[in-house]
Amino acid sequence: MIPEKKIIDRVALDKLYESLKAAGNKMFAPVFRNEQTNFEYNPAATEISYSHIQTTQSVKNTVFPKIENLFRFESSQKSVELVQIDFTKVPRVIVWNAHPCDAAAFSALDSVFNWDYVDEIYNARREKLVVIGMSCIRADENCFCTSVDLGPGAVKGSDILLTPLANGKFIAEILTDLGKSIADENASLFTASNGENKEEVLAKVEKQFSHEKVTENLKNGFENSFWHEFSLRCIGCGACAYVCPICTCFDIQDESKAGKGRRLRCWDSCGFGMFTLHTSGHNPREVQSQRWRQRLMHKFSYQPDRNEFIGCVGCGRCSRACPVDMNILEQLVELEKLEIAAK
Amino acid sequence: MDNLRKKAKELLESKSVDLVIGYENGTNGKARAVFIKDPEKTGKLIYDERCKQNLAVYLNKHEVKHYGRIAIVAPLMVMRSILVLISECQVKQENITVLGIGNDGSFLDFQSMEVVEKYISKIPLGNPEPDQVIIDKLNAMTMEERREFWQNELERCFKCYACRAACPMCYCLRCTVECNQPQWISAPAHPLGNLEWHQLRTMHLTGRCVSCGDCGRACPLNIPIHLLTMQQAEEAFHMFGVRAGTSMKADSALSTYKPDDKENFIL
Amino acid sequence: MSPSNIYVPYLMEIETITEEAPEVRTFRLKFKNQEEGENFKFSAGQFAEYSVMGGGESTFCIASAPTRKGYLECTFRKTGRVTNALSKLEVGDTVGLRGPYGNVFPIEEWEGKNLLYIAGGIALPPMRCVIWNTIDKREKYKDITIVYGARTVNDLVYKNELKEWEERPDINLITTVDPGGQTPDWKGEVGFVPTIVDKVAPNAENTIAIVCGPPIMIKFTFPVLKKLGFSDENIFTTLENRMKCGFGKCGRCNVGKYYVCKDGPVFTLSELNKMPAEY
Repeated sequence: MIPEKKIIDRVALDKLYESLKAAGNKMFAPVFRNEQTNFEYNPAATEISYSHIQTTQSVKNTVFPKIENLFRFESSQKSVELVQIDFTKVPRVIVWNAHPCDAAAFSALDSVFNWDYVDEIYNARREKLVVIGMSCIRADENCFCTSVDLGPGAVKGSDILLTPLANGKFIAEILTDLGKSIADENASLFTASNGENKEEVLAKVEKQFSHEKVTENLKNGFENSFWHEFSLRCIGCGACAYVCPICTCFDIQDESKAGKGRRLRCWDSCGFGMFTLHTSGHNPREVQSQRWRQRLMHKFSYQPDRNEFIGCVGCGRCSRACPVDMNILEQLVELEKLEIAAK
Repeated sequence: MDNLRKKAKELLESKSVDLVIGYENGTNGKARAVFIKDPEKTGKLIYDERCKQNLAVYLNKHEVKHYGRIAIVAPLMVMRSILVLISECQVKQENITVLGIGNDGSFLDFQSMEVVEKYISKIPLGNPEPDQVIIDKLNAMTMEERREFWQNELERCFKCYACRAACPMCYCLRCTVECNQPQWISAPAHPLGNLEWHQLRTMHLTGRCVSCGDCGRACPLNIPIHLLTMQQAEEAFHMFGVRAGTSMKADSALSTYKPDDKENFIL
Repeated sequence: MSPSNIYVPYLMEIETITEEAPEVRTFRLKFKNQEEGENFKFSAGQFAEYSVMGGGESTFCIASAPTRKGYLECTFRKTGRVTNALSKLEVGDTVGLRGPYGNVFPIEEWEGKNLLYIAGGIALPPMRCVIWNTIDKREKYKDITIVYGARTVNDLVYKNELKEWEERPDINLITTVDPGGQTPDWKGEVGFVPTIVDKVAPNAENTIAIVCGPPIMIKFTFPVLKKLGFSDENIFTTLENRMKCGFGKCGRCNVGKYYVCKDGPVFTLSELNKMPAEY
């Protein structure tokens, strides 16, 4: 559809939120709590944060929750019954006030869960997802969306993208049919646009590196001493992976009691030593430098090469969450400069 | 600071150590760990109030240990951690040179680990004041209130294990949470699994925690899990009269039986 | 009821259990739902995810040949959580199975050539499928040589089949055990697999070598084959990276831009040479 531009003021925006919530949608909006901002389900309109730069966690758990039940089972002496979970019943979730980096990340997740084998569970959640984005008028030194082909006002992945204007009103770009249906159902809350320009208010995020150059360098950089030097500080936790909007490594586990239980999928990380450990004790990625290399290689070399997307939206969450200042932007800038002799 | 850099440079130049672990200026105004092999790069070393990470965590890291003899910039918490690691046979005393930092931030040139022990023996040890204030508040609650407090906090945990990774004492190659025969602890990050994990972590650190607070600082979700191990540090002191990281030969409070151990906690 | 999502397994009944060696067992499995069984197609080299409800899921190859219809077999050694849970099962019990996953041995391309199978220990099962597959179409291949080694005589798996292969005039079977692993009446070779391959010195001319075994055995067998004149394209192996999902999503078996579960487990040495050595 051809995108439309409308205007909505703050009072009307709160009304829109409440009306969507009242209609039975599960709203997922950012709230400031415990000294940080995170998305929560169904907060009151008054609780929603519009002033944060970035939430600590991403919004990936709307479609890839930290624990997802795959099916249930009931087993007795000689019989096993599988009980399927009806994923058609998952509720419609509206991600409210997600920054463009988060909105764009869904397309990467779509690729992972749909290349070759189609993951019905992911898709069941994804099909019920609506994204109301919010352009960034502020950014910090960890943000680098413009270096990975996105930007503070990028429309990718949003059904409606809001941009806050200096006068307290918001430009609402209606981008998809889904977005249009929401705007149409609440038409009285919007007014016509008068040529307002969002570029004037967007945060300035300087481009810091060429991701094409990084990808090119990584092709021949597997053996480079960079990995050892730049990962000595890494303590091997999973904070970066768990806050990342694109990291999707997972584990499959059973939980049961007296024969009744469930098989589930839960988050895991390629940064953990046990991730690739064989039963025999052999470990293809034995040390942390290899695991850190895997993280960056996967995002900036393997995924571009294999699935034609960059596994990073420049949200900077991993750098902010890292307890030991493994700053991904700093490393990518270094990797761009790295002189690597072609093999 | 100059003394610290000078000493680090001397140690590397004279090849007395192979590596210096210290703090440097990181990104965005943060201080972070730095690993220096080249004496000419010792100018990077800093020490100020931003230097909070417990660097002892690196002494057991495979790729760091590999270097051999290590000098490490060590404020009190790091010194105490080193003593725990030596007492638990995780690092060799002769491989570690302590570049001490006094409580006032000054450089302390320790000639031996025995001197470090002596230094620590003169300092009153306990939990940092602000943390102890919160612990006292928690202890004043009813058991139900306390349970609710921790359930609310721990529910958020997504099991990234930053707490474990940041802790110098959590050096097991295979943590109990990863042992699956039997599966002691649920792997997924649901409320019960989280509660199990943090209780287990707390128990495994009882009598071994030096109250550095790095587990809590590492937590990306701001869960104050350091209060759990700090409370246990006090418990261990009251029950067994020992504080972790005061001696190279200390017996672990929970794994050493003494005939006069208190038994009044046994129901 | 057909599975509603790709994580739901087929239910299989254990028909027979064969004790192959200490802690090594073979299950013959039959689909509980006959229709699912009839629709299940696989080729030599592919693997599946086997599970015990409550005990977890684990990856093994399908050890029976696609030419043998009506059942599937898997062979496993009791080592980890899942194999321990599987070991506790009896005939008539239920196992979950997802698959088949992964690529295949290109046995059609091998027609008209000599085949040299080299396997070590518990790695005969992944090879057994392709061995039987090619034996069942024996006339399409020239010489078939099997070099199989285990730590001790007791550790050799598929003893009945080894006997059968030994007795067949159209198969050249060489069995070996590690030094010290032999019994007084052992008539096979004594020595590590790479050494025995070197000693037997099979002709590389028009021959495909298929190597499965522990990483250390594979590592030392490749140079021997190279010395004998095998080209990288004619050396096949299977990678055994840890897996969870089996369909390229969970990230565990990622090596370079490849996923062992999707692009493997079968690789030629020339393909391995292009990958980072993270296997």
